[in-house]
Amino acid sequence: MSVDAPRDPGRRPWVPGVLSAVLPGLGQLVNRQIVKAALLASAFAAAVLVELLTGHYAVLAGYTPRTHGGFFVRGVWGLVTLGTEPRRMSIDGLSAGDHSIVLLINGVIVAFVIAGLVILWIWGIRDAARVARARSAGATAKSPGLSSDSSFAGIVLAPVVVLLLAVTALPVVFGVLIAFTDYNRTNLPPTNLVSWIGFDNFARLLGAGAWGQTFFGVLGWTVLWAVLATATTYGFGFIQAAILQSRHIRHPKIWRSIFILPWAVPAMISALVFRSLFNGQFGPISQFLVDVGITQERVMWLTDPNNPWLARAVALAVALWLGFPYFMALISGALTNISPNLYEAATLDGASAFQSFRAITVPLVWRTTAPLVLLAFVANFNNFGVIYFLTQGGPAAPDYRYAGSTDLLITWLYKLTLDNGLYDIAAVMSIMIFVIVGSVTVWNLRRTKVLQDA
Amino acid sequence: MRSRRRITPAWVLIHVELIVVAAIVIFPLVWIVGSSFGSGRGLASATAIPADPTLDNYVRLLTDTDFGRWYLNSLFVAVANMTLSVLLSAAAAYVFARLRFVGRRSGLVAMLVMQIFPTFMTAIAIYILYLNIGLLDSLVGLVIANVAAAIPYNIWLLKGYIDGISPSLDEAALIDGASRWQVFTRILLPLMGPMLTFVAVTQFAVPWMDFILPKLLISSPQNYTVAIGLFDMIADQTRNDFTTFAAGAILVAVPITLLYMLLQRFLVSGLSQGGDKE
Repeated sequence: MSVDAPRDPGRRPWVPGVLSAVLPGLGQLVNRQIVKAALLASAFAAAVLVELLTGHYAVLAGYTPRTHGGFFVRGVWGLVTLGTEPRRMSIDGLSAGDHSIVLLINGVIVAFVIAGLVILWIWGIRDAARVARARSAGATAKSPGLSSDSSFAGIVLAPVVVLLLAVTALPVVFGVLIAFTDYNRTNLPPTNLVSWIGFDNFARLLGAGAWGQTFFGVLGWTVLWAVLATATTYGFGFIQAAILQSRHIRHPKIWRSIFILPWAVPAMISALVFRSLFNGQFGPISQFLVDVGITQERVMWLTDPNNPWLARAVALAVALWLGFPYFMALISGALTNISPNLYEAATLDGASAFQSFRAITVPLVWRTTAPLVLLAFVANFNNFGVIYFLTQGGPAAPDYRYAGSTDLLITWLYKLTLDNGLYDIAAVMSIMIFVIVGSVTVWNLRRTKVLQDA
Repeated sequence: MRSRRRITPAWVLIHVELIVVAAIVIFPLVWIVGSSFGSGRGLASATAIPADPTLDNYVRLLTDTDFGRWYLNSLFVAVANMTLSVLLSAAAAYVFARLRFVGRRSGLVAMLVMQIFPTFMTAIAIYILYLNIGLLDSLVGLVIANVAAAIPYNIWLLKGYIDGISPSLDEAALIDGASRWQVFTRILLPLMGPMLTFVAVTQFAVPWMDFILPKLLISSPQNYTVAIGLFDMIADQTRNDFTTFAAGAILVAVPITLLYMLLQRFLVSGLSQGGDKE
């Protein structure tokens, strides 16, 4: 790649950097790194060429970004304005016009490309200056950057990077931007134009009206749900693991295989089965209670609007059924790792079985499983499956906007987008969920120091 | 240790607890299996032990509905997602764990941030993106969305695993003239067996039962996956077809359940290393 330059102590090392800033690749050319210079220059030449070829630059009279701009200019224009002329219905069908959402997505793509070019430009400047400085300091000019390791990394990571940029990063940015627009079912392109409305959606969702009431109500239940579901699954999993460890049991493996079943069966299937078991009208549990005379009428477990806490309690019970085996298996592993010497020493000191359980077992198990408890909390916070398949958010809550009594933020989000087409409010909700889940996750990672090596 | 076998109050108490819990765990499962062999059709007539067992529900499921088609669709999506996710994340994890290159740190942090976003947030944008490039209502599009959602987390998981493997072996191979790719395929891949098993099984199971993405991206019944098809069967209260649903549920759940039971040990240790993401 690089041609080793003769030592040239007279040259000022900042010159190639400035040259690269003016024209990408020029600094590398002065440094006599021909391949690098050609690659850098061609990247920027290609960008200019794309703009010229995709725009209408033959006639410059009456130039506007909307009509004459190419990939870059029109992209930025679209991102800023979201279109100026909606398509209208006429006798000939839809007239030509701007589609705000297409413009927004194209704009984000253009912004990504521009960001990439800026990063490349800065890297080019720093690289040129660094090589020149190394040369003038008399080091044997080893070309940094395009080593064989970097090329290998580039080849392997290229498909991953493209995929994540297109199908994750782009949608995330798009989703965040939608929160600042009025894109919803009453304002759908292409016959309407979407526009930027600042923080209005945030004010609406977090304000004092019906939206705010729904949001804080659902948020409160979601937090309570996540705490209770995590605590009960952990606690009960712990109890089952401890019991299976006990010397009273003859065939712990058989018992363990039975108890692990709820974890092995796909959760969606189990949730749908429970939905049928707890069906008020036809389900066998209501029927059984009537048959043995415990209740006079069938119990509407999941649909009684006068009794939202019944549905919530059933949902928590189902979450316990689904979730305890995972912690049971996990804690069983942690228990076998505790040295028996600790218990022997405790017994010699006169501790009872319960005392040594509390003083030895609980803290040791907690220490190894605490990070996973936090992850389980996050998983429960976003537990779409149990709630949606069991209750679909019901029973109905009359004061709520499009939400039922058992709806979590994530299932409410689903209803807002798929059933009601309120993309703007839903985008604000996504950001809220991200902030909450993100802070818990980051706090957990900092604690467990996963990031140290990153 | 286990020689004393006297029936004490503690023994009785523990066994009562075990039997009660086992009954609660098993009953819903037995009930759905029994319902699938029941001769009635509605929910009200479903029982754990059918009086008059029959295979009618399975026959009806495979002849009257598109269930076979949905099953193959799900199988395609699950296998494709598993293969692509494992290959891409293993190779990328190797690069992140062993190589030092420009942008390594920021890449890792970016992937960490990406996997915090709920799938939902990206799903709407993916829908609009697909609408514009014509990938909507296609199983290939569904696979792409699944792979992209799975990769960041699995790269972190596998990178953590490779970090735990001593680099002395692959460094020796590099000095002997092996290429990076050879080191990856010949030395590291075999050593990553347990973790690859974990990633493969979860990346098969996730799209197998995923609901949100196919619900959003797939519209025509012939492209349905089993999750969508089954949910439609039970959500539609007027159809009164509960036992057909039960038969479908059994066919969908049995392979995953067997897989999870057989690979229990791998899967639990995999989960405890990376945490539950479901």
